[in-house]
Amino acid sequence: MLRRLSTISRPLVDPGIAVILGLAIGALLMLIFGYDPIAGYYWLFRGGFGSIKDIVETLAFATPLMLTAVTFAVGMKAGLFNIGAEGQVYIGAAGAAAIGGWVTLPVGIHIAAATAFGMFFGVLWALPAAILKLWRGVHEVISTIMLNYVARYLAIYLVVYWLAGPRAEVSNPAMGSARYPLLVGGTSLTAAIFVAVAFCIVVYAFLWRTRAGYELRLSGTNPEAANYAGVSVRRAMLISFIVGGLAAGLAGATQVLGRPPTWALFADLGNVIELGFYGIAVALMGRNHPIGGIFAAIFFGGLLHGGRYMEYQVGIASELVTGIQGIIVICLAVPGLWAIIRRRRFK
Amino acid sequence: MNAQLLEKFFAQFRNKKVMGFFGALVAFIIILYLIAWADMKPSLLVETGLIAMTPLALAAVGECINEKAGTINIGLEGILGITCVIGVWGAELFGSGVMGLLVGFIAGAFIGFIFAIISVYGRADQMVAGMGINLLALGLVAYLLMSIWGFPGIYVFSNKLVVSPIHTPWGSLHPVTIIAIAAAILAQIFLYKTLFGLRIRAAGEKPEAVDVAGVSVARIRIIASTFGAALCGLGGAFLALGWFGAIVKEISAGRGFIALACVVFAGAEPLVALGAAFIFGFTDGLASWIAITPGVKNVIPVYFINMIPYIATIVIVTVAIGRRGFPRAAGKPYLRE
Repeated sequence: MLRRLSTISRPLVDPGIAVILGLAIGALLMLIFGYDPIAGYYWLFRGGFGSIKDIVETLAFATPLMLTAVTFAVGMKAGLFNIGAEGQVYIGAAGAAAIGGWVTLPVGIHIAAATAFGMFFGVLWALPAAILKLWRGVHEVISTIMLNYVARYLAIYLVVYWLAGPRAEVSNPAMGSARYPLLVGGTSLTAAIFVAVAFCIVVYAFLWRTRAGYELRLSGTNPEAANYAGVSVRRAMLISFIVGGLAAGLAGATQVLGRPPTWALFADLGNVIELGFYGIAVALMGRNHPIGGIFAAIFFGGLLHGGRYMEYQVGIASELVTGIQGIIVICLAVPGLWAIIRRRRFK
Repeated sequence: MNAQLLEKFFAQFRNKKVMGFFGALVAFIIILYLIAWADMKPSLLVETGLIAMTPLALAAVGECINEKAGTINIGLEGILGITCVIGVWGAELFGSGVMGLLVGFIAGAFIGFIFAIISVYGRADQMVAGMGINLLALGLVAYLLMSIWGFPGIYVFSNKLVVSPIHTPWGSLHPVTIIAIAAAILAQIFLYKTLFGLRIRAAGEKPEAVDVAGVSVARIRIIASTFGAALCGLGGAFLALGWFGAIVKEISAGRGFIALACVVFAGAEPLVALGAAFIFGFTDGLASWIAITPGVKNVIPVYFINMIPYIATIVIVTVAIGRRGFPRAAGKPYLRE
């Protein structure tokens, strides 16, 4: 735990190396199956960052990622391996879809209520894991993953039985008053990104500028010292779970209320699936820092957006991008990657 | 004399563990009885339970060995998925399902070896590295399905490659199930009755002692991790080649994490993990069995039935968790001072 949180002097070097290694192994995977890696990566990055319109689209992809990254990062800061963002996103999206699509409220209040409800549902789904951890000591990896699967079926059930609109495979689309305004015409970037960035900044301020945030970080880096100093480690864990739930619920809400053209939750959860898991990679890339997460989210958002171009232009399945993320995470697990490589070379 | 024996006999019921075990046994018999009473075949349910147990048991027993040696690999889910695809690929290459299982075993060993190198020599954060394997599998399985066979999401391979169960008068039993049970028993004996088993346990409890004795902690951990992941790989190949007869994108469906729950439940003891795997496999079988029972669908939405294995895992782990003796140095890289 200590090692995991230890700050590394040059925060950009290790993620950079990890990305290069990830892309190299990705290129190998392309070569094995007879694809051209140069063309693949050309379209991946051109698709993600090649034009203003694509960059705007990339930002739309990055919006939920920076939030699910906060879930994981805040967990890590409190010494928890909270991988429950996935399920909390589903439930949060369902909550936002319920208020956004089925309740009529005045303009202004509606969007706030739908977002808040999504966040509330996210917390609701984070609490069981928190309670099990504090009450029985159930490891959060097991409880959150199991809750993810339960959440998936619960969310599908909610959409199919309760939220479905005229089209059975989609929940009732959010009403006009519950939609975040579109920022750039012809893309899917909405004002939801401002909410997401603001949330990340608030979490940053909470972690580094408040007493409770300091206590949370302290109990993550050194639980014994925290105990000795009279800090409640259990309370820190609970807060971490709640903040994580808020972030993931908000991520789900942004996908329903702030993502054209559907403005709804698909019955197969197709528009929110795997966002929570990407968040893990984003958080680790951003060194478990909410602000670092914003930049890492833009990078991974670009890969996700560009992956569709890669699939369309070169025929490489866009899922490879997720695989590359996995390799990047494995590389990031090694502390001081650059130092190890340098030592080997000058030996 | 007799009174003393009786006292002793009853004393063990006060032990929570024994009580829990008997409670589970009684609940199991009651469920079987109810099913028999409802005129549905309980033997079928046990068979499904045993099949569902197999990948869980293999992954869990492997992880037990791994954790005894001091590395924690939470990437079981990913290993199951990746080896499942590679196993089928190998089976098609060699034209035999058994070879496919072997290829899955080797692929698992390879992943375990890489993981061990990263965590032993790279001193990696094992939780993060394990999660990286899961993320890798999340993309790689779909990518391989697309690149090898050109099928998005699902691939049904030739019927001839399926390794079929052995039919006996009492019901059918899959050979891989026998391997899984044997692996658990052998692992238990190996860990507690052999010198290398002792060294493995020492590497997890007190790596300094192993080092002082002149045995390489790194080598022990690498061997344990490789073999543990290899068993998991066999389980992954079994998922497609022995059970489903097809690959879907999310074939492991949380089984790797359920296996992890088995290990936590068992305190990394292989035999207890086997028992836990049977309980979890039984709930899995129960869920799929309820889902196909006519009439149920009209009453309970299928989504709630699908939740059963996951909710059962949470409940069982919550109820059964205690202060189990996990290896003290598990999850920490060993640094010589």
